[in-house]
Amino acid sequence: MTVWPEERLVTADAFNTVDMTINVGPQHPATHGVFRMVLTVDGEMVVDCEPYIGYLHRGLEKLTENHDYRQSMGWWDRTDYLAGMACEMAYCMAVEKLGQFEVPERAEYIRVMMVELSRILSHLMFFGAFGADVGSFGTSFIYAWRERERIYDFFEEVSGDRMFPTYFRPGGVQMDLPENYEDRVRWLLGSIRQGLEDFDGLLTGNEIFVERCRGLSPVSQEQAVDWGLGGACLRSTGLAYDIRKVEPYSVYDRLKFDIPVGKTGDVFDRFIVRMAEAWQSTKIIEQCLDQMPKGLVLNPDLPKTLRIDSGECYIRTEGTKGEYGVYAMAKGGNKPYRMKLRSPSFCNLSALKQMVVGHYVADAIIILGSLDIVLGEVDK
Amino acid sequence: MLFADPLFGLPSWVDAVIRVVIVILVMTLVVVYLTVGERWVVARFQQRLGPRKTGPGGILQGFADALKLVTKEDIRPTNADRWVFELAPYATFIPVLMTLIVLPFAKDWGVRNLALGLFYVFAVLGLNIVGIMMAGLGSGNKYALLGGVRAAAQMISYEIPLVISLLCVVMITGADMGGGVGTLNLNVIAALQEDRPYIVLQPLAFLIFFTAMLSELHRAPFDIPVAESEIVGGYFVEYSGIRWSMFQLTEYASMWGFSVFGSVVFLGGWAWPFGVDAHWTVQLGTTLVKSLAFIIAIMWMRVTVPRLRIDQLMNFSWKVLLELSFLQLIVNGFILLYDWPQELLALTSGIGAVVLIALIIRHSTAKASKGLVGTYRTLGSTPQ
Repeated sequence: MTVWPEERLVTADAFNTVDMTINVGPQHPATHGVFRMVLTVDGEMVVDCEPYIGYLHRGLEKLTENHDYRQSMGWWDRTDYLAGMACEMAYCMAVEKLGQFEVPERAEYIRVMMVELSRILSHLMFFGAFGADVGSFGTSFIYAWRERERIYDFFEEVSGDRMFPTYFRPGGVQMDLPENYEDRVRWLLGSIRQGLEDFDGLLTGNEIFVERCRGLSPVSQEQAVDWGLGGACLRSTGLAYDIRKVEPYSVYDRLKFDIPVGKTGDVFDRFIVRMAEAWQSTKIIEQCLDQMPKGLVLNPDLPKTLRIDSGECYIRTEGTKGEYGVYAMAKGGNKPYRMKLRSPSFCNLSALKQMVVGHYVADAIIILGSLDIVLGEVDK
Repeated sequence: MLFADPLFGLPSWVDAVIRVVIVILVMTLVVVYLTVGERWVVARFQQRLGPRKTGPGGILQGFADALKLVTKEDIRPTNADRWVFELAPYATFIPVLMTLIVLPFAKDWGVRNLALGLFYVFAVLGLNIVGIMMAGLGSGNKYALLGGVRAAAQMISYEIPLVISLLCVVMITGADMGGGVGTLNLNVIAALQEDRPYIVLQPLAFLIFFTAMLSELHRAPFDIPVAESEIVGGYFVEYSGIRWSMFQLTEYASMWGFSVFGSVVFLGGWAWPFGVDAHWTVQLGTTLVKSLAFIIAIMWMRVTVPRLRIDQLMNFSWKVLLELSFLQLIVNGFILLYDWPQELLALTSGIGAVVLIALIIRHSTAKASKGLVGTYRTLGSTPQ
């Protein structure tokens, strides 16, 4: 057996170097789950990147086809598991559009409030994990955890579960808010704002953090549209495309908020856009609390078992990572004929190779982190 | 433990063995408490409690950790180069142990009082990298290889500003001793700082020393060779059990050694502020407090500062630190050659230190103090 093939032998007059492949994942701290990529590196430079997904595939779409409309709720929580409520929102909207079910106004406000809290949860997780990617030794993680725990406590109070609340129902939400909940949410908002400012002090104003992220892997608007990027990755390029504004759903058209956009689409912009989005979400929640009417939270006319004769629809919502779309088709009975998830993380991740090639290994990790993928959503 | 006379009139080599054993025992104890101390400090920075259950207030946690590590299985990967892999932890550890031999912990306290102590520390510490490269190459792991090569590149780059910043101090010792070329004896360097520590005269050299020290120790923000989120531990990724704890021992022992060394050279060691004639317990306590200040500063950096990239690290060494340290050396040379007052040393070095700090924080345009709203307003947003 020859250890060194003929073409790899170092000759006297030429110093040949060989590219090296590095396997990153599926068990690796930087892959945020069970994602695997094989990097081909020339010294410290990435010359090729081959992503492998599917380690968390659970057959979400097929499971949904085989379960009652209400039973499937739990599967959909587990797609974007950092923001379960946002996924429930899209699923419920799809079922409601299929069956043309009404949703009480109070339920709509509660839903938007919960979705925005989920958005903050997801973005806080991003700040924490991203800080760890850049190398701040878990401090950012712990910073994120303080506010996340508080928000989870609020979720637990309404639904009994923290990560996977299964709180929404087609036609409203499971039950009304507990006593005095609104006032405590206002307190929570103050806590969240304090947490965001802490993050600003820890990361945004840090010289090394800025040096690492600014100007790294800039994406132009054309590229972002071509690659199908969504969410903060798209808006960091300067394109103010947010489905909550472009095609307002639920009660978003009655709420005032800005869409933060970046300038260059680099990693720092992706970070700062998310930071500003979390700040906007607190404003949205505040308005929800102000405008929330009294009344029912679940449409009382709906039967226990939902049956939808036939129909077909596609629902677009602004998930925490981008356009979270659900295509649904019914052909009678208590189960959907087909449910398809358009997951934003998958689309963002598909641009990984173009983004990391030509950068350092350390930067490849940061770029992957800045895409803010959730493997539950990528692998469905 | 006077340098001059052997203990109890024993033969010189028996005396040396006894002293080395004492140093090893003390070092092990210090390392055990540094590891658990770091966990306490880090926990404090991260709004947690840290280890508190083992023993009263958690003071036995270090021994529990050590016991756990020693009893773990020692695994050698199939791909590893057997002898290189197994000897690497010792090759990294022994140089660090050897540096502890010359450090003066109080007046005439130490193992040996070498006339070339300062030079010896660097001659021996430079060997450290051999063990790290052995671990990197011998592990048969690509992460380890990357870590080892990164460590070598980093060490070579930062050794130069480190040594030059110390030479700046050595020049001044010459003037303090009434002319001549100065001394490399660490005990004498400490004694010369009875009135004022050299950090007052050489703040720039101190900053360069501290930065380069962080890099030599592979601590944040220069922990590129061990980057946990990229190459998951770097050169020691394949080690487990006792060999892994040898690497940890090396890391913390060298941290402690560097801290004592830095406090001797820049902060006055045992001599300042209580004088060379203070009781030995006071001197020992002074050294301890000063080295603890160093260690806490290092831990503080670790929890708050992200990691640099390898090219930024190299640029910072070769384009900033090297130039500034040479400039400092030349300016010192002029001032000392013409016997200008020592205040001028402090002034020029102070200006240099301000320049260095300004270079380091040139992008942090006070965003942090303004809070998020200030940051947000710099971004565009769609009209309502």
